[in-house]
Amino acid sequence: MTNQSQIVSDEVVAARAPWSAVVRAGDLLQIIDLHGNQAVDCLLYDADDHTRRYSAQATVAAARNIFLGTGSVLCSADGTALMTVVADDVGNHDTIAGACSQESNTLRYGHHTAHQHACVENFLAEGARWGLGKRDIVSNINWFMNVPVEADGTLGIVDGLSAPGKSLTLRAEIDTLVLVSNCPQINNPCNGFDPTPVRMVISRT
Amino acid sequence: MDNPPTDSTDGARLHARAQAQHASVRIPETPDGVDPATMIWAESIPANGYATKVLARGSRVRLIDIEGGGCANLLLYRAEASWERLNVADTMKVPWQAYLGVGHPLLSDQGRVLATVVADSSGHHDMLCGPNATGRHLLLLGAIKHGMDIRDVAPSVSLFRGVRVDPVSGALEFTGSAGPGAAIDLLIHLPVVLVVANAAHPLDPDPPATALDVVAWQAGEQLADLTNQDPEYLRAVQNTEAAWAAGSGKRS
Repeated sequence: MTNQSQIVSDEVVAARAPWSAVVRAGDLLQIIDLHGNQAVDCLLYDADDHTRRYSAQATVAAARNIFLGTGSVLCSADGTALMTVVADDVGNHDTIAGACSQESNTLRYGHHTAHQHACVENFLAEGARWGLGKRDIVSNINWFMNVPVEADGTLGIVDGLSAPGKSLTLRAEIDTLVLVSNCPQINNPCNGFDPTPVRMVISRT
Repeated sequence: MDNPPTDSTDGARLHARAQAQHASVRIPETPDGVDPATMIWAESIPANGYATKVLARGSRVRLIDIEGGGCANLLLYRAEASWERLNVADTMKVPWQAYLGVGHPLLSDQGRVLATVVADSSGHHDMLCGPNATGRHLLLLGAIKHGMDIRDVAPSVSLFRGVRVDPVSGALEFTGSAGPGAAIDLLIHLPVVLVVANAAHPLDPDPPATALDVVAWQAGEQLADLTNQDPEYLRAVQNTEAAWAAGSGKRS
């Protein structure tokens, strides 16, 4: 943040909670991992046309890389740039593992997890505030989540690379609706087994 | 041939009806070992063409890259409940495996198995990159024909063109095709709408663009022969069977 920047909003998202905002074209969104290793599940939509939404596959194909970091352009299926990563303290943010859900938790950990809170629940509840429904929920970004893919294709969520106070900054290329789930998962290391708050700062220069 | 005159309805009808007898349509053959009476689908999809089909539980679908230049971009929806659809992220994350092979489930977002890969002679597939612009357009048309719209065109699977991830950098390498005749079989666990577009992979530097063959037959007895014993897969099958029993009133 430069001295000339004006703070549009500065909010702390409670552990396990959703968050959303429209970030206007040119504005910056800084996501701060307050306590370290907290996955922030994130979906993006053109604020004026929600059918134009973040496409993990188009983003990965265009970059020819599965990891996000400084310079990554987050685009929709038709190639429209929604946001760009302009600063990043961590690197290797995940594009492929998607959101946790109550349903997939039953497969991954057992049916005793069927009623635990999950990111898809947050996306559905927060998305509904903007008129979004289940069909609008697609593969998301997982900021601060570390998902290596080994040579034989084995992949998994492993201990994170982030630390308390580390952050990344996104610049909106068009007016963008940002939908976030501050991940409530307690069955894998994506939140260090202890979901914590994150801070979202929108600024304008 | 001389075309009949089309300056009258009689002539136009004669002209129209004469066309099929002079055309040839290649229909893929019944696979060896499959009872012809169980066949439910046989179609060749040209390059940059697409097809859709509602398939019953227990269908076995074989996609064949007959000339080596096909790329099958695939979407699956639960029939009559299309809000439940293929979830590519769960399909990689839940089995702890990014690359498709025998035993790999194609999972829905509801923790159920829409299909399982039960045979594969290609090994060149991709779930990371999605379709190219043509493929995306064709998948959209297929979805619209089943009452859906652009919101339903979620991440898809690409068959017969491979991509591998550099384990250190995360960079993608396009690994091309396994050559002519490669095939993959999917066993369908719940009634689905299948949409398949034969369009080049977005990382293919020189897409050859040839036809893609599809055949399918009834093989419901194979649902009991699990090709995967991973705990995640067994629970996915458990969820699937529970949903089928509840929704159909049938126990198998």
